[in-house]
Amino acid sequence: MNAFLKVESLSRVFVPGKPVFADVNFGIERGEFVCIIGHSGCGKTTILNVLAGLDTASGGNVFMDGREVVGPSLERGVVFQGHALMPWLTVRRNIAFAVESRWPEWGAAKVNVHVEKFVAMVGLSHAIDKKPSELSGGMKQRVGIARAFSIQPKMLLLDEPFGALDALTRGTIQDELMGIVRETQQTVFMITHDVDEAILLADRILLMSNGSETPSGYVPGGIAEVVRNPLPRGRTRAALHHLDGYYDLRNHIVDFLVSRAKAGH
Amino acid sequence: MSARVPASLNLRAAVVSLLILAVLLGIWHAATLPAASAAGGAATAGMTPEQIEYAKLMGKDVSAASASGSGKSSGFPTVGQVAATFAQQLSNPFYDNGPNDKGIAIQLAHSLGRVGLGFLFACLVAVPLGFVIGMSPLLYRALDPFIQVLKPISPLAWMPLALYTIKDSSISGVFVIFICSVWPMLINTAFGVASVRRDWLNVARTLEVTPMRKALRVILPAAAPTILTGMRISMGIAWLVIVAAEMLVGGTGIGYFVWNEWNNLSLTNVIFAIVVIGVVGMLLDLMFARLQRLVTYVE
Repeated sequence: MNAFLKVESLSRVFVPGKPVFADVNFGIERGEFVCIIGHSGCGKTTILNVLAGLDTASGGNVFMDGREVVGPSLERGVVFQGHALMPWLTVRRNIAFAVESRWPEWGAAKVNVHVEKFVAMVGLSHAIDKKPSELSGGMKQRVGIARAFSIQPKMLLLDEPFGALDALTRGTIQDELMGIVRETQQTVFMITHDVDEAILLADRILLMSNGSETPSGYVPGGIAEVVRNPLPRGRTRAALHHLDGYYDLRNHIVDFLVSRAKAGH
Repeated sequence: MSARVPASLNLRAAVVSLLILAVLLGIWHAATLPAASAAGGAATAGMTPEQIEYAKLMGKDVSAASASGSGKSSGFPTVGQVAATFAQQLSNPFYDNGPNDKGIAIQLAHSLGRVGLGFLFACLVAVPLGFVIGMSPLLYRALDPFIQVLKPISPLAWMPLALYTIKDSSISGVFVIFICSVWPMLINTAFGVASVRRDWLNVARTLEVTPMRKALRVILPAAAPTILTGMRISMGIAWLVIVAAEMLVGGTGIGYFVWNEWNNLSLTNVIFAIVVIGVVGMLLDLMFARLQRLVTYVE
């Protein structure tokens, strides 16, 4: 498999003898949107942290573009679950901080033009000089997304970015994200709890199971199944549930979560 | 006082404050009323001129007008006497009649100068050291015993050592201010730096931010409110200590002024000085409160 991102035999142990997950193998092609779905505690965020370089795996390797991932890098942008904006900076300065980190040789004017482009991309031009405390949850998450996109990383990692938002805001931002990803051809790895969100956004969906105690011993969690999204590209939220194959896919995933994922941590 | 407090609340509080002040002044006035005028007159009855002269030499004011006499009478000064002293001192704050008789502004300048210098040195030591301690759990634990033992030592207990080694009383005063201001700032800076949210540090990691840039652009602004709280506390302590230190070593300064006026038995000047100390302390605190507001952020 000559994938852009390769994960080989990844495992992570916190309690000796009982890995949270083990033997995780998957790859992501350039320009692909991959979602990972699973119950709480199955290790999705841990996988993301390892991919981002913020955490090290207990075993296995991660390769991106042929090089091993050993630490955080500007090539892997992250959108954190709690936006992680710096509250003493305005939206403009928050994104400028990222842009300046990526291109330290740029002048202030050039940075500013770049910042404004990405703020416009998430529809927050009117709030560009506000501080995070003056923004709603949805707006803050949009700024986090703009910040991650502004450094134009090779891969984007999103950790349940819409988990804290209400359903209406979530829908709007999902549409925006889809548009941006399509336009920029960004490679994306996203964690989500929302089945509909995964079906809307992802080209491939990884179904992850929890580690569990069975009569024959402890079984670590891992990627139970990889589902290719058969629905045509160019889906919209409004028309999604009318598409052929939508309910089959949805039922399959929900069945997995309900019965095969073995929640309970 | 926050700007979000409604104006009517501020107004009502001001009225209550003025009422309390009036009551306190009233109690003071009533307590110092001239009930001893008869005793004053009786004191001179039956005394020969030599005895009156002797009594005056001994500092006993036996004139018939003792009730409304100068502040050197044996009773506690009245409101009127203190007010007169206020007017007199404030009307000419910069006079300089020699080493023991300088205007209040000159004395304050000396005190503020010492406090400013000592506080500045303490800042220059405490903030970088606090930064380093906050970022390194090893150093935190290693230096903690020293900090915990040195912190409770009264700054004035350092005075003899300072005078012996430094030999200059003014510089010793600055040193004493330094040694008392350094602890709150050091501890608060270390705490502020150690408590920076992990999320922001992770953002800096994913953006490959260099350590220096991370320290200045992420950790420092994040810890700034805590650091400034430490500075505010330090300044409060420094102002307390300078008055005591100057009483001890003398020379110039508001503390020396208090002690000197006490030696001159000029209680009105002592009261005046006390009020000035309080007001200046309040102004210093206000200044730091304003600085604090500049760096505070809402999460």
